[in-house]
Amino acid sequence: MADLKEDAVGLDHYGNDDFEAGLAEGKPLKRVEDLLLNMGPQHPSTHGVLRIVLDLEGETIVKATPHLGYLHRGVEKLAENSTYTQIIPLTDRLDYTSSMTNNYAFVRTVEKLLQIEIPERAEYIRTLVAEMQRLAGHLFWLGTQALDIGAMTVFFYTFREREVLLDLFELLCGARLTMSYYRVGGVDRELTQEIIDRLYAFLETFPEKVTEYNTLLETNRIWIGRTRDVAIISAEDAVNFGLTGPPLRGSGVNYDVRKAEPYGVYDKVEWEVPLGKNCDTYDRYWIRIEEMRQSASIIKQCLDRLPKGPIISDLPQIAYPPRDKIQTDMESLIHHFMIATQGFKVPEGEVYCGTEAPKGELGFYILSQGGNRPYRMRIRPPSFIHMGAFDHMAKGYMIADIVTIFGTYDIVMGECDR
Amino acid sequence: MNQTVQKIKEAYPDAFLSEKTAFGETTVEIEKAKIFDICKLIRDESSLRFDMMTDICSVDFPNETLRFEVIYQLYSIENNRRIRLKARVSEDDCRIDSVVKLWQGANFLEREVYDMMGIHFNNHPDLRRILMPEDYDEGFPLRKDFPVEGRGWRDQFENLSED
Repeated sequence: MADLKEDAVGLDHYGNDDFEAGLAEGKPLKRVEDLLLNMGPQHPSTHGVLRIVLDLEGETIVKATPHLGYLHRGVEKLAENSTYTQIIPLTDRLDYTSSMTNNYAFVRTVEKLLQIEIPERAEYIRTLVAEMQRLAGHLFWLGTQALDIGAMTVFFYTFREREVLLDLFELLCGARLTMSYYRVGGVDRELTQEIIDRLYAFLETFPEKVTEYNTLLETNRIWIGRTRDVAIISAEDAVNFGLTGPPLRGSGVNYDVRKAEPYGVYDKVEWEVPLGKNCDTYDRYWIRIEEMRQSASIIKQCLDRLPKGPIISDLPQIAYPPRDKIQTDMESLIHHFMIATQGFKVPEGEVYCGTEAPKGELGFYILSQGGNRPYRMRIRPPSFIHMGAFDHMAKGYMIADIVTIFGTYDIVMGECDR
Repeated sequence: MNQTVQKIKEAYPDAFLSEKTAFGETTVEIEKAKIFDICKLIRDESSLRFDMMTDICSVDFPNETLRFEVIYQLYSIENNRRIRLKARVSEDDCRIDSVVKLWQGANFLEREVYDMMGIHFNNHPDLRRILMPEDYDEGFPLRKDFPVEGRGWRDQFENLSED
């Protein structure tokens, strides 16, 4: 891997300009080499297939060049050739650790174009489920980040709770990872009493569990040593690089789409945006821990206030008929078939709609020319934009810090490469 | 007309083409030659402060003279306001000024536009393909004439089942 440059400053020795001659004479030698180190695309801590080429000076990172695209599937191109209903499962495959947030971001954009009203109960369920998904996403992050840094126990603890949530998702929509639960106009299935009861039981113990993770990490010398003052980015730079979500709020910038442009019922429940001070990985960890507490509180408030009513808009041109009818009523089956095969028309226009995903602002830009497929669909993926700041944030740190710096963004390559 | 649009119109009347507000979002169409100056203006102007480049993307309209459209989504954290800038680029002169000097976050975004649509960015520090392999030479995937399946040979088959 060593890149030996004969004419560079790199090659040097005392008392003789000619390296070979110096060697032959037995003079004391000092040789400096630039070291290029390839990391990935198959590397356990990159959470997918990310390749980084590191320019090293000793163990210090001089330059880190990310090479993306190993998971590029052309989702944006596929979307141009799919109906709006067919795109929902495609969005699942973006950030697969929180697939429902992607569904949410997409259906909200389509709804903005259609300018339709969502029933209140559906809005509550959507907010609540999005927060459950945020919990699952943050738990996944905390477990794997700690594992990458060397603390294995946390991984088992967080995955224990994530399992409970995934079981609930399974009850809710039948899937655990790629859920496609959201629909344009509402959600797919009713939130049953069993789920509500189990969710209440989960929320009762969850704050203690968060404290439990904290006990393992908060005062852990290794954790502090490896996260404090690592991957620092100033507030000004964070904004300039377009960072959003915990990486931005870790630098103390108060920007959360849920507060700035409230959607769902985020303006009807009480919650706070945690902000960091030191702009480092530890603060981002603290923010995610705090966000989990806030999410749990949002879910509880939503459950307490959950109104009765329909879960999907009464728009036969757009919304599927109820599932039990599809299996018993011929007319409903035809109705379902028509929407599933043809999709629905969306008026001409263009919208950008940002949603606060666990990773940051997940935006969808849809340009419609009036058909049943978008003329152009653009995904603004937080992970991709965060990777743009990678070189800036990794510079000057030690090679051992590199996995911490990956982890600090909470990147998922499915979303980064699309 | 909102304040941002007014400021752009006052400062660059020649480059200002049109303004449209729909779905609560404002879109300003401008001449591509002034993209850098207008971005600088709305970023630095104390009453506007569009400090975050949310997204850059491009759209292909194969039947129009100015074939490509580069779209900039900007956000001001201070004023909680968004704006969308659009500039048209022709196929023959497929280049536009880079805004990386203003927002470092634009670096990857512009690289993606180049990779997917083949639009060059003047003064970009490192304009390489980003998602496709670096030696990929089969065109630009998001152009409308790029086939979705295979190399398009499927469509060239005659339908032999008729008569």
